[in-house]
Amino acid sequence: MQAVRATKFIDPLPIYTMWLRQMKRFLRVKARLASSILMPFLFLAFLGLPLSFIPAREIQWMPVGLNFLDFLAPGIVGMTLLFAATMSGASVIWDKEFGFLKEVLVAPVNRFSIILGRSLGGMTTAVIQALIIVAIAVAMGVKISSVSGFFLSIVFMILICATFTGFGLILATKLGDMEGFMSIMNLIIMPIFFLSGAFFPLQAMPAWLRYIMYVNPLTYGVDGLRGTLVGGAAFPLWLDFTVLLILSIVLAGLGAYFFSKMEAD
Amino acid sequence: MNSIIEIENLTKEFNGFVAVDHISLSVEEGEIFGFLGPNGAGKTTITKILCTILNPTSGTVKVCGYDVTQERDSVRTCIGIVFQDSCIDKFLTGKENLDFHARMYHMDRRIRERRIAEVLDLLDLKGKENIKISDCSGGIQRRFEVARGFMNHPKALFLDEPTLGLDIQTRRSLWDYIRMLNEKEGTTIILTTHYIEETDYLCHRVAIMEQGKIVALDTPEKLKGVVGSNLLSLQIANSDDTNLLNSLKELAWIKNVEVHNGSLEMSIAGRDERIPQLVEFADEHGFIITAIDLHQPSLEDAFLHYTGRTIREEEEDTKELRKARMIRGGK
Repeated sequence: MQAVRATKFIDPLPIYTMWLRQMKRFLRVKARLASSILMPFLFLAFLGLPLSFIPAREIQWMPVGLNFLDFLAPGIVGMTLLFAATMSGASVIWDKEFGFLKEVLVAPVNRFSIILGRSLGGMTTAVIQALIIVAIAVAMGVKISSVSGFFLSIVFMILICATFTGFGLILATKLGDMEGFMSIMNLIIMPIFFLSGAFFPLQAMPAWLRYIMYVNPLTYGVDGLRGTLVGGAAFPLWLDFTVLLILSIVLAGLGAYFFSKMEAD
Repeated sequence: MNSIIEIENLTKEFNGFVAVDHISLSVEEGEIFGFLGPNGAGKTTITKILCTILNPTSGTVKVCGYDVTQERDSVRTCIGIVFQDSCIDKFLTGKENLDFHARMYHMDRRIRERRIAEVLDLLDLKGKENIKISDCSGGIQRRFEVARGFMNHPKALFLDEPTLGLDIQTRRSLWDYIRMLNEKEGTTIILTTHYIEETDYLCHRVAIMEQGKIVALDTPEKLKGVVGSNLLSLQIANSDDTNLLNSLKELAWIKNVEVHNGSLEMSIAGRDERIPQLVEFADEHGFIITAIDLHQPSLEDAFLHYTGRTIREEEEDTKELRKARMIRGGK
């Protein structure tokens, strides 16, 4: 009889295994990678690029030195992260029904470690996608303000991922079945995206709309990305960072908590 | 013999619907134990409870001596499971699947690789371990799942409808593998199935389940023995069955008669010689025989005996019941 290990709250081997599996899947399914990049690419190529041909001085609210493509690119990076992270959090639900998680759940491993590893895997793939979008934007002519700004933007990417992975997890564990989920998903995700300041600056909006944008987590994400990548942020960077840090800890923690509560019922 | 599974007075309810109804049984170490019953009889529910992914409503359940609600991780360490619906990662190769599984059980690299080689060997999967699962045939996929369930040297391996959806040849070969695993590694195997041949071929003991209850539990031989030594089915054209039923009672060699679907099922003493005797008897009493058949009792007959129907009829009924429940529940 082998010794029974008390399962640790944070158990490195399962965490690494779950992460590794997400990575292998990501690299192996090329079609999925392509389709996840397609949408942001279309936004950049057919919305951002044409609008960047309008002289920036004719757009009153445009921050100095930016054209519309520069302005839009951080928003699209934010969108990529929003979609990828929420889906990654939410897909836990069908992975649990049909996939690898179902089998992992009968292994003697602490649930928190399982969800931590899986989320880290999802976050890594989301950040990779976001970096690809940054590269595409640069190829289209977006000027990145500084190298340090670029590295700082990765911190924001990670925070956005953590926030929305947690958000997706909470949605998935609370909503349960998949069919309902997909429709609700669009209903929630699209407004979050549109009202994040990806397309228009918060400063130029009337008060009532600004208040709605203030409660949108992605607003701080997009603003932080904009500030670090191209400049022209609405809030100071420390504010974006603090708000996102708190939100990501709360949402990711709550998501992991709900998931680990999904023991036997 | 030690019992590896002890179930006492187990009940599971889902919103008032009783899926498992006061079941008690124990499974001995080294046994192949089968739960036989139609879909919806509660077999999968029992398996889930034994595997710690569902909590019982009441009753105590012990696996390998550990309580399934109190000592979950200890139970999880000593079991393996092959789920009813396939849940192997199709984007990974067979070997990667086995490897990931082993890591979850904290097996270090050397032990992992040795064990992978062992299970590949046991299930004749050598040479296929580096093919992506989605490119493997259904039978091979299933075999990888069994191999995976076997990675952590489980004392008890649960197989929930392991051969569902496989063709007859693949099914047969999987049966032989299961039997071999049981013999070579001494693993206790708990099988749920609605295939009668499967239990007959594999199981040392069978629990026949119906609507959450166990209606019979014994070795396949004894279950068949209860039905009688030989069975005779008879159909007549020109009279109702009760008439004939009454007349047949005169014959001493008929031990038991049941009417089922317009046919008389009787267990008899003696063998082939009874056929002409019966024909003669029918002639004398003016009945016209349309069909007559003598056969050895099968588990199907035993199932019929205990539940009053064939397993196929049971399934039709469950479907109806489910439909009704769905309409009522609106979900």
